[in-house]
Amino acid sequence: MGIPRFSILATTEEAAPAKRAEDKVSDTFFQKLKGFSSDDLFEFLATSIGSLVLVILIVTSVVLTRGSLAVFGKFGFGFLTGTDWNTSLGSESYGALPYILGTLVTAGIAISVGILISLGIAIFLSEMAPSFLRSPLSQVIELLAAVPSVIYGFWGLFVFRFWVRDYLETPLSTYLGWIPAFHGTATGYDILTAGLVLSIMIIPTVSSVSKETMMAVPSSQREAAYSIGATRWEVVKLGVLRYGRSGIFGAAILGLGRAVGETMAVTMVIGGTPGPYVLPTSLLKGGVTLSSLIATEFGDATGLHLSALFGLGIVLFLFALVINIFARLMVWRVFKVTGGIVE
Amino acid sequence: MESLQGNWRNSRVRTSTPSWRRFKDRIAFSLGFLCVTLAMIPLASILFEVVRNGATALSVQFLTGTPALVTLPTGNAALAGGIAVSIEGTLVLMGLTAVIAVPIGLLAGVYLAEFGDNRFGRSIRFLNDVLSEFPSIVIGILVYSILVVGLRVGFSAFAGGVALSIIMLPIVTRTTEESIKLVPRSVRDAAMALGIRKWRATISVVLSTARSGVVTGALLSIARISGESAPLLLTIGTSSYFFSGLNQQVDALPVRIFLLSSENYVSGAQQQGWGAALILIVLVLCLNLAVRIATRGKYGAVRSRI
Repeated sequence: MGIPRFSILATTEEAAPAKRAEDKVSDTFFQKLKGFSSDDLFEFLATSIGSLVLVILIVTSVVLTRGSLAVFGKFGFGFLTGTDWNTSLGSESYGALPYILGTLVTAGIAISVGILISLGIAIFLSEMAPSFLRSPLSQVIELLAAVPSVIYGFWGLFVFRFWVRDYLETPLSTYLGWIPAFHGTATGYDILTAGLVLSIMIIPTVSSVSKETMMAVPSSQREAAYSIGATRWEVVKLGVLRYGRSGIFGAAILGLGRAVGETMAVTMVIGGTPGPYVLPTSLLKGGVTLSSLIATEFGDATGLHLSALFGLGIVLFLFALVINIFARLMVWRVFKVTGGIVE
Repeated sequence: MESLQGNWRNSRVRTSTPSWRRFKDRIAFSLGFLCVTLAMIPLASILFEVVRNGATALSVQFLTGTPALVTLPTGNAALAGGIAVSIEGTLVLMGLTAVIAVPIGLLAGVYLAEFGDNRFGRSIRFLNDVLSEFPSIVIGILVYSILVVGLRVGFSAFAGGVALSIIMLPIVTRTTEESIKLVPRSVRDAAMALGIRKWRATISVVLSTARSGVVTGALLSIARISGESAPLLLTIGTSSYFFSGLNQQVDALPVRIFLLSSENYVSGAQQQGWGAALILIVLVLCLNLAVRIATRGKYGAVRSRI
């Protein structure tokens, strides 16, 4: 009598967990189905819309890769190091080096001039200016960002170009013309002008991000410096700049990203025609950048020519991706640190 | 900090600070001021030149006419007519972009603010920031391949609107997120205490509390994309006729300005370009100034995202 009962008990005990698990599965499944509330739907919808950014970036890279397969298939790595740009059918030959270098040189000019001015603005507006001037002045600087890039280009072409030619390039080519970088005649229709227009365009970005970084520096940093008798400038140097340097560095890289991707203003003032001649050996000659070449030739390109422009696009895409990811990481690090999470 | 500066100025510390250190401080101050002035020169010059040269181009015909080439008595061709087509095209594109990008950006911003506090959400926020700084011409290539050629939509207002929306989307997303984050916890808690669903609370309580921040962000980003031209070069084609459908080619002010600048050997082109620039800058700056003045001192976090 005891044995059967025992066995029954055993079987039930053995079967029970399995049954319970089964119950649980079907239960939660039905519960999920029944309890799939409007809230879950809302979360699902919001998440999928939020992920659109990811989709856009993936699709962009796929489209660019597919479009440039032909040109990379034909020229391989030579596309990146070549200097020819021959679009006539039959003798087509494409190399991106002059435009890659053109982009880097113009962006380099932009960032080296832009960072100095932007840093000065950021320091002045966050640490030195009398408080009644701070807000109006930063508003005015912010307005620089509101001016459309095509208007920078138009102004650059018909106004700024002549300032650069008369006050900068003529002296440079007269007195420093023996330096290869300043070879050439001063026309104002060249790489230097493009770089300077870019430097104006990135000032609002770089200065506002560095200002934000400086304002995020805890005031204990400043108080400590003041307490040992530092002047305002010493406070900035010791307390603020050193503390916020990775954010300021990030701001500069962010500006570099903008300069690399900027199209219209550069296209309008850089004044070169594609080919080996536009290798940026001197700042006083016409150049072509990745984006300006895409903008000017995309409209009438077909076949391999179009594929070559896609190839330029993918180089630009990679530049922008790497630069922006790097910049964001630098900027984010500062805000994390000052948020009190790290350190 | 304010008071500290004041103390430093008035206290005896100042007199005991060696003069060369004070001198360096003065130099730093002047250099900072110089930088601000230097940055304002281009802005002042752009505004001055655009207004001065643009004003001479303005006329009723310029504002309402379609582009036309006339032959001068000398036998040369000259540009006459107006840019109404481009003005209309820009307004259509702005409207279309707002219709596409604002709802999507709103929802994406809600996602980041309400559900985005995890690994995936953080990566989305990161990618969103990366996309917002992306070269706009690459987005032009994307839309050209997918829509204009891929789906055979052709050069059209629709393709242009989609391209501008992709540029605007990350900005609206971030400004929405920042505005929602400004909503105090107590408001959210009060809504939840009423027992309503979270989506309901988010839409009718949180979003409506954050409304003015969201609107500020949306308006400023529309102002920003209204001046975009690079992606439009690859997506809208050009047109000298008034708007006739979303699948038709359109013109836009920025693209027109670019084309006029490259045709500056044609007489009248440069003047028309300045005129178009004046209209574009008035449009953009008015939108900007109006929003900034209306929200002065508020939504710093929202504005810094534009």
